[in-house]
Amino acid sequence: MSPNVKKGLIYVALALWTIIALFPIFWTFSTTFKVAKDVQTGQIIPWLQFTPNWLGLRAIGLSPDTIFTDSTPREEFIKRFWNSIQASLGGAGLALVVGSMAAYGLSRFQYKWMIWRNKDISFFFLSQLILPPVVLAMPFLVLYKELNLLDSMFGLILIYALMVLPIVIWIMRDQFDNIPIELEQAALVDGCSSWSAFLKIILPIALPGMVAAFILAVILCWNEYFFAALLTSTHAKTLPVMVASQTGSQGISWWSMAAVSSAAILPLIIIGIFLERFIVKGLTAGAVK
Amino acid sequence: MGQEAVSGQVSYQRRAIGLWMVRLATVGFALLALVQVLYVTELSTFGFPSWLPVFLGFGIWGVFLCWGNILRLGEQGWRALFVLPAILLTVAMVIFPTFFGFYIAFSDWNLSSATGQHFNGLANFYQLLADERFWNALSNMIFYVATVIVQYAIAFGLALLLNSEIRGQKFFRVAFLLPFMLSPVAVSWMIGKSMLEFRFGPITNLLRGLGWENPSLLTTPWLAKSTLAAMDAWVWIPFMMILLLAGLQAMSKEVQEAAKVDGASGWQGFWHVTYPLMLQVSMTTVILRIIFQLKLADIVINTTSGGPGGATDTVSSFIFREYKDRSNVGYGTMVAEVYLVLIIIFVSLLLKLSSKVMQRQGA
Repeated sequence: MSPNVKKGLIYVALALWTIIALFPIFWTFSTTFKVAKDVQTGQIIPWLQFTPNWLGLRAIGLSPDTIFTDSTPREEFIKRFWNSIQASLGGAGLALVVGSMAAYGLSRFQYKWMIWRNKDISFFFLSQLILPPVVLAMPFLVLYKELNLLDSMFGLILIYALMVLPIVIWIMRDQFDNIPIELEQAALVDGCSSWSAFLKIILPIALPGMVAAFILAVILCWNEYFFAALLTSTHAKTLPVMVASQTGSQGISWWSMAAVSSAAILPLIIIGIFLERFIVKGLTAGAVK
Repeated sequence: MGQEAVSGQVSYQRRAIGLWMVRLATVGFALLALVQVLYVTELSTFGFPSWLPVFLGFGIWGVFLCWGNILRLGEQGWRALFVLPAILLTVAMVIFPTFFGFYIAFSDWNLSSATGQHFNGLANFYQLLADERFWNALSNMIFYVATVIVQYAIAFGLALLLNSEIRGQKFFRVAFLLPFMLSPVAVSWMIGKSMLEFRFGPITNLLRGLGWENPSLLTTPWLAKSTLAAMDAWVWIPFMMILLLAGLQAMSKEVQEAAKVDGASGWQGFWHVTYPLMLQVSMTTVILRIIFQLKLADIVINTTSGGPGGATDTVSSFIFREYKDRSNVGYGTMVAEVYLVLIIIFVSLLLKLSSKVMQRQGA
């Protein structure tokens, strides 16, 4: 096989997979602007095969003609969107603070508590990665009911923080391990305490790693469906639950489904395009040496 | 920095205050819990309408524990402050609920009925042993986990493509990564409900165009299972691809050059040089992926709800419906806890196996 043919085949394969990866996203965004006839005849290319229409955005009150009028669907949509923002930023933020502290401690000091040493504590945190959400979901239903935390944002943030905590600890542990210990030792000799060395010297260096851990945690929380579906109802319901509930009741209004789905994936696509570097960093930290 | 030297800086007085702070907080929290237990069991008339104060009491106890430790142990206490919040939070929100789950699992508890919880011993467990839907879901899990190998092969291929000398690498990397970022619920709608729509979905249209007269992707049992596995693969292949790509890029260029100079063909070079060096990364990737696969639920719940006839059911989606349809917390929890035990055994065996393989490779 000549190098040129080989090169050509590589590009064909790349193009093919690009279509596989991007077409469903394109389909979702474009379906937002279709009317029933366009969907049912399977039109794909906008302007050429169908004329874009505001139907989808009108269904959630965001089309040009409805955006300045009162709209109940829009209020509902904005509420869910805002809930998702709160839950994912809150959960990821809490996990980042608590997880970075734990990761730093485990990376720098030797702990001993009864028979537990650093290795055991690290394993204790990481082992929760294998815990399926369904094991926690039922007890949480009962416990949250007793605690009056069902359908509350606080409860959801707590559980999301716990869900991403092992991943944050994993990533941050790797980050701190890669920072030479001499940096703090110099500061400690100068009379710095371990906490001020951590806050003033190490955190600024570890910032890119923290951003990576935070973004990954936000993505996981934003997409979370299982806990949200079981533990929230009217008040704290998030966007994925809204998307799911619409598929059941009105599977035919394609444009509004597409509009809500687009809204659910759009923030992540923007994150993916502009912050891809951090996502890759977060995913590969600790896993690839 | 020995412990004696550090704690030697703490005065006797401070140590005593710290010790009593921890003790008082512990006693206070225990009293608070006791009051509520007595109230709930109707042995006393004083208590709170919900357990929330006890939960907050646990938080306040945690604060005093950390603070008391700092007074008592000085620098050692400050160091403990790094990990204690994470441990306390995990114990309260993961370990406690998991064990509380065992308590629920041995009871007949329907959240929608007024009678509340009462013990029924191993009845749930016997029900599970006889429940064909559970065994069906479990065997489906074996299928879903097995598909990880196919995903791995595709992801490895994509990683090799991205690692070759191409233009626009950044564009392709972002494009390939995007499916991983999308919410599984949205994917269920985008692909499952819309693109696979039987009458006019673009994928069914394409298959018809290719000569398949009746592409009943989500109604034929084995096809439905494969279709869901494919959707799941679409979401997760980027994850494996990124890890494998990082492994390829970490490999030194000299090694790869050496493979070429030796006159090895592309395939031989890959099989004898690249692949063995990638074994460690491959193991990590596949094991991580299997662990995530065992949690598979969202896509199944939202695309087929386990149908047709349980063909696509996963253990998680099965329990989800068990609760949503019947509010049966007791039985659902029993299934979940049994599943957890099975997962722990399976993953431990997997880890043991992988470390054996790695040892044999001398890596």
